Amino acid sequence: MALTREQMAQRVAQELRDGYYVNLGIGIPTLVANYVPKGIDVMLQSENGLLGMGEYPLEAQVDADMINAGKETVTARTGAAIFNSAESFAMIRGGHVDLTVLGAFEVDQNGNIASWMIPGKLVKGMGGAMDLVAGAKNIICTMTHASKHGDSKLLTQCSLPLTGVGCINKVITDLALLEIKDGAFHLLERAPGVSVEEIKAKTQGKLICPDQVPEMQF
Amino acid sequence: MAGFNKVVNSYGEAMAGLEDNMTVIAGGFGLCGIPEGLIKEIKNKATRGLTVVSNNCGVDGFGLGILLEDKQIHKMVASYVGENALFEQQLLSGELEVELTPQGTLAEKMRAGGAGIPAFYTATGVGTVVAEGKDIKQFAGRDYVLEPSIVGDFAIVKAWKADRYGNCIYRHTAMNFNPMAATAGKITVVEAEEIVEPGELEPSQIHTPGIYVQRVIQGQFEKRIEKRTVRGA
Repeated sequence: MALTREQMAQRVAQELRDGYYVNLGIGIPTLVANYVPKGIDVMLQSENGLLGMGEYPLEAQVDADMINAGKETVTARTGAAIFNSAESFAMIRGGHVDLTVLGAFEVDQNGNIASWMIPGKLVKGMGGAMDLVAGAKNIICTMTHASKHGDSKLLTQCSLPLTGVGCINKVITDLALLEIKDGAFHLLERAPGVSVEEIKAKTQGKLICPDQVPEMQF
Repeated sequence: MAGFNKVVNSYGEAMAGLEDNMTVIAGGFGLCGIPEGLIKEIKNKATRGLTVVSNNCGVDGFGLGILLEDKQIHKMVASYVGENALFEQQLLSGELEVELTPQGTLAEKMRAGGAGIPAFYTATGVGTVVAEGKDIKQFAGRDYVLEPSIVGDFAIVKAWKADRYGNCIYRHTAMNFNPMAATAGKITVVEAEEIVEPGELEPSQIHTPGIYVQRVIQGQFEKRIEKRTVRGA
């Protein structure tokens, strides 16, 4: 069975380590915050200028001056810091953020990512995504393995305009966890009940599979 | 003698000298920390052909979005403009030009502009449309793109507290681009929630020193919330 969005977020959360500063993109990445493993502490960075993003506020705590990069009202957790946009991107571009999790339309076997623009559709902008992919040491891309029509999103070469080049090293999809290195996708884990054959059929880029591919553990 | 007193008493005075075809840098992220009254004044002045530099362009009917109603913006430099139907219309009809700029590059363009740095190299955007036609240089084996900085004829800024000398403090994430914008205007106008006497702000807590600021006005803010998200009690 393909993973749900929540399960994808849950599997991404297993990659978190105690003491990590983490930037979570919009969509599935945002859900990762709900599954931080017990006994570890992570600090969420929101690129509009908040390190230590907390929960959504109670109705009585809602404050127009306290939002995240998705423009949602949030709170700051204990030990948070607030700063300006240049400072925020100094953290990101300077490689100080330990892990970035973001969504994408496509990734390819050379670690390129396309996530911001579909020609012919209205272009809303890249926001902070290009800065995040250029600056983070460690990026996990989370997305469905194939489109609704069954077209692979894990490609030999991205077809859409790029967000960044050679920057993605890990992909977690609804079917599999893959590492990108040496010009190929390396299959590390499969979703429970999903066959290697299905993953092969839905991966257009070069895919390297070991003889035994373990199932993800939840 | 006015000395360092930068307080003006009307929005007309605050935006005096703004002319057609000028560049205006605006602080704010979404609708958070935007100089609402100064934007309204630009609308009232009916200044046209503006280049507006800001992370976003407001929403329909609020924030920078109101400057689209009478087509006052010729070019928008922003990182994300997705919240605005009028924007989309004018972009598709060719009446509005847009230069999409990565958010960190945009902040750095303002910061560098205000700091007298004409351009800087960054890895952001290398290998993408953003780097097309721009100078690429390798440092320590990695490619970087040369990005020019931005200076505005005007910068419009929203502060929480400002003293009469133009020293500013921002509140929570309403800070965002405001400190960068403040440095990058030939004329920087601060619209503050509260104006205090010099000495009332703790010097080491000031985010924007008054040297960057030419005018300060007492503002009126609606502080509209774009996405109200709450958790249950």
